[in-house]
Amino acid sequence: MNDYEAILKAYELAGGDPSSLQFPQVGSLVVEEDKILSFNEVEGLVMEPERTQRGVKAKIVVKESCKIKNPVHLCFGVIPEEGTQEIIMEIILEDNSYVKLLAHCTFPNAVRVKHTMQAEIKIGKGAHLSYEEAHYHGPSGGIEVIPRAKVSISSGGRLTNSFSLIKGRVGVLDLDYDVQVEREGIAELIAKIYGRGEDRIKIVEKVSLNGENARSLIKSRIVVIDRAQSKVIGETYGNAPGARGHVDCMEIVEGKAKAQAIPKVSVAHSQAKVTHEAAIGRIDKRQLETLMARGLEESEAVDTVIKGILR
Amino acid sequence: MGNLLRVENLSLIRDEKRILKRINLKIDKGEIHALLGINGVGKSSLAYCLMGLSGYKPSEGRIYFEGKDITNLPLSKRAKLGITLAWQEPTRFEGLTIREYLSLSRKDEDDSLDEILDKVALKSRLYLSREMNQDLSGGERKRIELASVYAMRPKLAILDEPDSGIDMLSLERIMDFILSLREKGASVLLITHREEVVEISDKASLMCEGEIVKSGDPRMVRDYFKTRCQRTCFEKDRIK
Repeated sequence: MNDYEAILKAYELAGGDPSSLQFPQVGSLVVEEDKILSFNEVEGLVMEPERTQRGVKAKIVVKESCKIKNPVHLCFGVIPEEGTQEIIMEIILEDNSYVKLLAHCTFPNAVRVKHTMQAEIKIGKGAHLSYEEAHYHGPSGGIEVIPRAKVSISSGGRLTNSFSLIKGRVGVLDLDYDVQVEREGIAELIAKIYGRGEDRIKIVEKVSLNGENARSLIKSRIVVIDRAQSKVIGETYGNAPGARGHVDCMEIVEGKAKAQAIPKVSVAHSQAKVTHEAAIGRIDKRQLETLMARGLEESEAVDTVIKGILR
Repeated sequence: MGNLLRVENLSLIRDEKRILKRINLKIDKGEIHALLGINGVGKSSLAYCLMGLSGYKPSEGRIYFEGKDITNLPLSKRAKLGITLAWQEPTRFEGLTIREYLSLSRKDEDDSLDEILDKVALKSRLYLSREMNQDLSGGERKRIELASVYAMRPKLAILDEPDSGIDMLSLERIMDFILSLREKGASVLLITHREEVVEISDKASLMCEGEIVKSGDPRMVRDYFKTRCQRTCFEKDRIK
């Protein structure tokens, strides 16, 4: 099996559809360790990937007023048991453009792998970036993933971001996103993660609502079992009139796992409003009993509730 | 006809307080049995005891289902025998669609989800894809809870105040629903304080302060409830 076939197989494990990478009308970028295996541009989408010493640097630009019809597929992976991959991304959405990026990060055999991502994302006026990132880390937990993103959303722009790591082991995840939102801009950050074994999860998501009527939602759904640990810090700063932000964190803890939620909300303008809710603990007893009263065993009821939360 | 459910001298103590006092109750196959009483007399606690919820293990007495002692049987085992409970305030499930929720309990694949939702006057095209979360009103969740009970084809359905918080028109639908449960072979223990529901019941029992004080013909029990017990219980409540 060559590198390309191997990464396609791994891509599928992360939830990707390999056949979509074959279509000329679908934008894509496929990277294994520091090798650019393929990339495909479509009208309105410019990609400039280049190999670096320990990974890949890629610039992705969506041209002004271009709405990219099909989701653009990004596949980053490391196939061997050991390795390092550093991704440096610059994503620019020019004014009034739209793109949906489906990023699949896959490390199916990881025993000692480190994956870092440094992203700088600029969303122009009235532009909309939908960024869905799904990870597959394999069963051993021998992986360290460190995503960092600095995002600026111009007036009327929008970011819809979801990060999902629910298949395989997490290993160590240290995610840190910083989002600045201008007038009428919208930021939605959703993270869904399932930690097992000795997994360690740290999420810091910070949104600054700097423009009038800017809005945001930070939503985290974390499940930790066995001896896994999670720490979620959701920060929202309402700095302008009409700014509205909400932080919603739910962490389910089973076994000897530990979870921590630290919502930080701050308002620097009398007409801004930021709210938060956090729930940490075991699965709600009533939910389990309702399902068990329909004939499910306790373990089936737990699985059903967790599956729903992480969907 | 043999009793489907037989409860003998059942008592429950929670937080050092005696909640149920030597309850005796029999429900036959196909019977709709109304359990009347004002709020706080122990009706829901009895339901939880029968279902086997945690924290509701009887301090004394036995529960028999189809002749088998189920007093120490865990909740899911009781459900597998055919006992189920519809809560007075159904819970929410994030990420679980109504289609999935109903499918979890559906016993017979021939029962279409359309038909099941129709039993509680909900249109499947409007509901099956929706989540069981906070977007549903309390009344909608209540109907879906009843639909999931129907889907399970239980032998004994314990319905805790299925009529609370709904209008008179919906009450008629709820009563039709209970009758259709029976048509499918279920017995029903119907916990209520709405006297109208007695009309569809075969038997009734009246609870007051953790005890069953009257049992038998539903109209007789209702009249007793209206003329004597309701007043007595309210007065006792006021004195407290």
